Amino acid sequence: MSQGTIEGTYGDFGGRFMPEALIAELDTLTAVWHEAMADPEFTGEFDRMLREYAGVPSLLYDAARLSEVAGARILLKREDLNHTGAHKIRNVLGQALLAKRMGKTRMIAETGAGQHGVATATAAAYLGLECVVYMGELDTRRQALNVARMRLLGAEVRAVASGSRTLKDAINEAIRDWVASVEHTAYCFGTAAGPHPFPAMVRDFCRGIGDEAREQCLELIGTLPDVVTACVGGGSNAIGLFTAFLDDRDVRIVGFEAGGEGIDTPRHAATITAGDIGVLHGARTFVLQDDDGQTIESHSISAGLDYPGVGPEHAHLAKSGRADYLPITDAEAMDALALLARTEGIICAIESAHAVAGALKLAKESPGSTILVNLSGRGDKDMETTTAWFGLGDPAAPVVEPVETPEGPQ
Amino acid sequence: MSTAKAFAATRSEGRAALVGYLPAGFPTVEGSIDAMTAMVEAGCDIIEIGLPYSDPVMDGPTIQTAVHQALEGGVRTTDVLHSVEAVAATGVPTLVMTSWNPVERYGVERFAAELSAAGGAGLITPDVTPDSVPQWIAAADEHDLDKVFLVAPSSTDERLAMTTAACRGFVYATAVMGVTGARATTSDLAPPLVARAKATTDLPIGVGLGISNGDQAAEVAAYADAVIVGSAFVRALLDAGTDREAGLAALRVLTEDLARGVRRG
Ligand SMILES: Cc1ncc(COP(=O)(O)O)c(C=O)c1O
Repeated sequence: MSQGTIEGTYGDFGGRFMPEALIAELDTLTAVWHEAMADPEFTGEFDRMLREYAGVPSLLYDAARLSEVAGARILLKREDLNHTGAHKIRNVLGQALLAKRMGKTRMIAETGAGQHGVATATAAAYLGLECVVYMGELDTRRQALNVARMRLLGAEVRAVASGSRTLKDAINEAIRDWVASVEHTAYCFGTAAGPHPFPAMVRDFCRGIGDEAREQCLELIGTLPDVVTACVGGGSNAIGLFTAFLDDRDVRIVGFEAGGEGIDTPRHAATITAGDIGVLHGARTFVLQDDDGQTIESHSISAGLDYPGVGPEHAHLAKSGRADYLPITDAEAMDALALLARTEGIICAIESAHAVAGALKLAKESPGSTILVNLSGRGDKDMETTTAWFGLGDPAAPVVEPVETPEGPQ
Repeated sequence: MSTAKAFAATRSEGRAALVGYLPAGFPTVEGSIDAMTAMVEAGCDIIEIGLPYSDPVMDGPTIQTAVHQALEGGVRTTDVLHSVEAVAATGVPTLVMTSWNPVERYGVERFAAELSAAGGAGLITPDVTPDSVPQWIAAADEHDLDKVFLVAPSSTDERLAMTTAACRGFVYATAVMGVTGARATTSDLAPPLVARAKATTDLPIGVGLGISNGDQAAEVAAYADAVIVGSAFVRALLDAGTDREAGLAALRVLTEDLARGVRRG
């Protein structure tokens, strides 16, 4: 329904703004992907890998103690329990399987938080592909643990020192690699953005999140949720959840963007809320840019949301009004992260904490409603940031009390 | 002023044209105008002025460094148009080479109108293909501007034909699968690509990516209508550092070497 008449466009958004050198490959990739999705052998193998290797379907968890504090019923789609700790494994297993089908021997990827890099390195190890991951130099420092994980998995991590030295620059560098290596290399793109077919392909590989959650929700509570929510960086976990609910007109869809230090400051990554329409990394979408169309550096406490663009289908869902996109600040996300830890014993990724924080806000607006939250990843990778934020490192020092913790179970 | 004028001249001389690139605002706006003027005086037949962009996916480290410096120096889109005016005033056809988003942001129609008013010849658009920018094609046609799109060794015959049909001025053939940057050896992918492109159009075919000296220029000039050089010019200026005169002298020496090359080819 959100697909426009021209393949790869979503209303006014999307498309394929790419160098000619890559167009033949993008055409081939599109054809092979369509063919594969219609081939039961491919889809069967993909399902088997997800089930036997990645631990999918993930649980839909009725978060009773969090719900009590929130004043609404909160259901958590536990993508944090997947192998490698995030929803990203779904996408990379799909793309790696496709790479094999195309006879590629090498996979490259960009990564921000390192989650997509780890997932790609994992899939490469699992399927026997060579793997190179581009990562902004700043991010390699923020996410040192994930650098080590990728290297242990046999991937080469290349720190990118150009531009803002974050995710967007890692994408630039990966595209540059791909222009030169496309004959034997697959670009395993990490989110539902970029040129066609990536937004649609990544969505389709991730849409199990929503398909499963919809069924699980019906089974658990006998009805659909009032709202489904997810955090939005490039938008893969969000579109993976939203797709199953697009035709359920009674289900509200809300994406939460990184509001950083506030959208009234220059330090945020709220692309849809505060960006303008432009072209970045191959698609027309919302972009944080200045008057001359130069990309503005984004900021978020979570590296995975620290991206000045967003997937074109989200841009379309926002413009058409089917979904709402709202900003969550660093501080709101960190409070939610701590609250979830203390009420449910779940330490989520800071990215995912944006969705939890958003759900808490929605709960205040509509007490008693049912809100399904995509808990896209686990928080191990962020412990350094979290430790610094709350001052958890020194056992003698007082912990910054993030939130009022509820009473024990009644 | 279309590049057609320059190609008519080089064709009558029986040689390939030398096309030189520098980004606007590198090292400064006025400094880049002086540099490009020196390149014209020393023998460039056509100038490409780069519009610095924050996320240039087709550029290698050398041009990235220059573009980064230009942006740090605060170069604006209006400075690029000003540079076009200054360089075009030398009488040499002057194109802008740019990533797509700055043009879209400026307003495609407005950009085309102002580029034309500044005496610019047209636009080279390395990170988009004709099928994705119909509004630029319409604006270029309205304002009598050259549309230079790229073809690559990976282009299918069908796409080659579609792309060259959309071009005006010349066709830019990328000699290698890769980004900008000087290379030690010339490419064996370029001659067959030029032959395939020529089979689809009467437009001149320029070859770029990796050419850095007169010998390479001569080699390429033997089969192409234009030899396009970018990173080597940028490198000459970068190596001269803050010594302005040394930078201009190095540009002249390089241009003269390349200009002799296109006459040997
Ligand atoms: C756990 C987690 N959630 C969300 C994201 C954001 O990406 P996307 O918007 O594509 O889901 C990331 C990215 O690294 C992530 O690691």
